[in-house]
Amino acid sequence: MLGEGIVKGLAETARNFFGSYAEKDRLTTVQFPEERLPQAEAARVFPFLVYDTDDMEKGLRCVACKICEVECPPKCITIEKSTEKKPDFTGKPQFFPEKFEIDVSVCMSCQICVEVCPFEAIKMDTAFELSTDDRFGGLHWPKERLAKPNEYYHQIHPMEAAAVDEQLAEKKAKAEEKHVPAAAQAEGAAAR
Amino acid sequence: MSAVEERIVELTGDVDSGQLLEVSMGPHHPSTHGVFRMNVELEGERVMKLKPVFGYLHRNHEKIAENGSYLAAMPFTDRLDYMCSMTNNWAYALSVEKLAGIAVPERAEYVRVIVAELTRLQNHVSLIGFLMQDMGASGTPLMYAFREREKILDLFEQLSGTRMMCNYMRFGGVRVDPTPEWLAEAEALVGRFPAFLDEFEQLLRENEILMSRTQGVGVLPRELAVNAGVTGPMLRASGVNYDIRKVDAYGIYDRFQFRVPLGEHGDVYDRYMIRMLEMRESVKILEQALREIPEGPAMDPKARLRGLRPKAGEAYGRIESPKGELGFFLISNGTPEPYRYRVRPPSMINLTVLEDMCLGRSVADIVVTLGSVDIILGEVDR
Repeated sequence: MLGEGIVKGLAETARNFFGSYAEKDRLTTVQFPEERLPQAEAARVFPFLVYDTDDMEKGLRCVACKICEVECPPKCITIEKSTEKKPDFTGKPQFFPEKFEIDVSVCMSCQICVEVCPFEAIKMDTAFELSTDDRFGGLHWPKERLAKPNEYYHQIHPMEAAAVDEQLAEKKAKAEEKHVPAAAQAEGAAAR
Repeated sequence: MSAVEERIVELTGDVDSGQLLEVSMGPHHPSTHGVFRMNVELEGERVMKLKPVFGYLHRNHEKIAENGSYLAAMPFTDRLDYMCSMTNNWAYALSVEKLAGIAVPERAEYVRVIVAELTRLQNHVSLIGFLMQDMGASGTPLMYAFREREKILDLFEQLSGTRMMCNYMRFGGVRVDPTPEWLAEAEALVGRFPAFLDEFEQLLRENEILMSRTQGVGVLPRELAVNAGVTGPMLRASGVNYDIRKVDAYGIYDRFQFRVPLGEHGDVYDRYMIRMLEMRESVKILEQALREIPEGPAMDPKARLRGLRPKAGEAYGRIESPKGELGFFLISNGTPEPYRYRVRPPSMINLTVLEDMCLGRSVADIVVTLGSVDIILGEVDR
């Protein structure tokens, strides 16, 4: 009969309409600004720099090795290396970035900088409400804006951050092991 | 643009008499799925000539890739066919692995099949939604399709961090090993999917308006499809049994039991039905892959992330992407950058037969025919 297919289709529409009151599977939307779905653990938007302790200048993990600058596919990272060194978390003197800028209007959130970083210094942020009316300065983020404490990293990627902390603690322990005999030797030499 | 000499439809009017109405459809026409333009010459409502114009979304993808490292091109491949970044990643990873001779662990192969088939599901389901939208079914089928697509994209987000620009595969495996919870969630989604497909089919398959708008419209004969190099669901709707998953058995596709649905008439309705049936086959592949996935590393331990310098040579890796044969041709001269990087885009090659499918039909049929080709302008223009 002509029109039978249409009636069948409309029955399906009706099922979806009434079903949306009963089944969560059929009504998946939320009223966004008021209601928010939790973000996935792996979610990523733009990169940020991690620092330990309370002092951003002292605790920044970045050693300005420029690997991320080279590997960044759209080339949105600019780094200027410092001339003097400061001790890193294991106490070893390292360079630090005098200038570290990310042009977020160019960044495409691919996460390659995070993957290539050997120092666990750059990670992906999950903040996404970032609109600004300044299209030059507002989209060119300096080191001061990019730097976030390690606690913030724990807050947004708890599982990942815990694994990273474990790795760094291991590294530190190893470095100290190496360091202690050397210091003991030096002391011994001084005593002699 | 005609792929064979003789026209399918006999033209009665004189094309060069200057009596035809020239209409420029696009590039900002909503039914062109992006920025695509067709120069159409009309006699009344009948299409006498159709010239596709593309390049509005050209962004130098191939040249950018030739100026960067092999790894740097990976996130750019996401932006080719932005509906299915996972399959784009796979095709590129496959050709680099061929070029550099990198092995892929068993578990990674399974994960690749799982994400690729999920991609096929979400691509086909949204394509059908778009096709109905083009036909005037404003909203309903597209919203149902997007509701299901979003569930798959949520899975992708949990796995890779983003919904669409996944950047998930690496040379020698995949970036993140899926957790058991993720696999369980994927299994639950795949389990629910056939019920949705039943509903979706019930909604549309026997609809009289759909049938009269699509049956016998945009017919692509078998010979023309083969001659023009059309691949994917378009080719199979014309009755040619050619699926790279079967022909080439790349990855581990030879281990799975699935059939290749074939069309008979090569019209828009067949292309719609092929996609419905292909989704059911994808569900079968997914069920098998999720059941058999082994434990082990998801990344070849010997594969390095940076500093890949393949020996001089060339490689072509191809996969059956949801739109057709997606291939990456690479030439290496021993430097860290590819010497030549070429994409074989299924969308663009499938689009070249558009004129032959539309001649002699009305303007409204162009929209439906174009919708059934399944193009993404990111891939057409690159």
